[in-house]
Amino acid sequence: MSSIITTSIAAILTLFIFSFLYKDNPLYKFAEHLLVGISVGYIIGQIYRLGFISYVWNPIIHDHNYLYIIPTIIGLFYLGFVSTKTMWLIRIPIALGMGMGAGYGISYTFQTNIFIQLRETIMVFNHPGMGFWAIFANILLVIGVFTAIIYFFFSWKHEGAVGVLAKVGIYFLMIGFGASFGLTVMGRISLLIGRFLFLFKDWLHLISY
Amino acid sequence: MKRKLPLMLVLTLGIIYFFVPFISSPFANEILYKELYINWIKIVGVFAIVMSIASLWRRNIVKIQRKHGDYIYSYIEIIGMVVIGLLAILPNSLHIGNVNIGGIGDRSVYSWVFSNMQVPMQATMFSMLAFYIASAAYRSFRARNAEATLLLITAAIVMIGRVPLGENVYQLMNGVNSHFISGFHWAKLFDFQGWTQVILDIPNTATKRAILFGVSMGMVATSLKIIFGIEKSWLGGSE
Repeated sequence: MSSIITTSIAAILTLFIFSFLYKDNPLYKFAEHLLVGISVGYIIGQIYRLGFISYVWNPIIHDHNYLYIIPTIIGLFYLGFVSTKTMWLIRIPIALGMGMGAGYGISYTFQTNIFIQLRETIMVFNHPGMGFWAIFANILLVIGVFTAIIYFFFSWKHEGAVGVLAKVGIYFLMIGFGASFGLTVMGRISLLIGRFLFLFKDWLHLISY
Repeated sequence: MKRKLPLMLVLTLGIIYFFVPFISSPFANEILYKELYINWIKIVGVFAIVMSIASLWRRNIVKIQRKHGDYIYSYIEIIGMVVIGLLAILPNSLHIGNVNIGGIGDRSVYSWVFSNMQVPMQATMFSMLAFYIASAAYRSFRARNAEATLLLITAAIVMIGRVPLGENVYQLMNGVNSHFISGFHWAKLFDFQGWTQVILDIPNTATKRAILFGVSMGMVATSLKIIFGIEKSWLGGSE
């Protein structure tokens, strides 16, 4: 398809979505439902080609790996939702994923999210040749982690020394949230600039750089 | 049976898989982990998507049958879903001219729809949030107390530090600094990019880490509750 038509379709759909900034309207609803439809169509394609063909069809039919028939049958239990009598079968594949995921996840979570993070927090002084500012930054990091945890610790009342630590924790949390907010805003703004560049440069050719 | 069997399965698999990372044997690594945990779950997951797609299909069909509200848009959703899904399932060899009608290759209709319809619309959807964030921030961001002020200042520094304006201000101040004042390098105060990095490296990392500890503890506690059958909400309400 010629690039003018291609760009125009993308631009018109972009404008349809932007029309929501005025108010909810039929053009926006059209684009919204079209987006949901083609997104699901896209997922169907990915699941069929990269999921079903790669993990089910090819291993069983071409590689003769008949052991994969077992998870295929377990997966087919998901189709039990078609009748109320067979609805309970859905619990079997869910239980498979839940059991394996929960069991494996406990040690994995401890290893990656707790032990490694904790080590990186308390081992910050174990680097030879660190300058004053690096040591100061690391002390701040330890104080930040400790006080922020204290803020989320509700077994003790937040008064006295605990209250002071929790207050320091709030300050750290506010700085963290402010940074996250700033980064999110700038991410969205850069997307918005990208869309406007597409409209005014690629489609209307009003910007030439 | 209908409730006990899944619960027994979760208990057995949960206990077995808790020990899998601690066992260094080919059976644990190759069979229990790579084969069962990775490959089997992928295969089972393929059919889980079928259920979710069927659920969306049924919701739209019911809406059309009952002529509920904006049911006309359900046709668009179904047509988009069926057409793109079918095109992806059709064989790669099906083509008109140099355009592939079937398959998910680079020159396919499927790929064209993704690049020229789905990506622009999705990017626009997310970019629109910039307007709503700005509007919400304008209405709710007030420096009422120390905490709110801190959040406001940090957000402003990070935003300025992420655009060329921040660098330009620093360059300008740096020039003024070198010409008029010696000794204290006060222009560093306007190094928004530098301050942004400091904020991200220290307080942001510290808070993210503290929150991660809490989330991880919650995950572990929930996992234990699921394994030992204390948390049963995933079974659903019916028998």
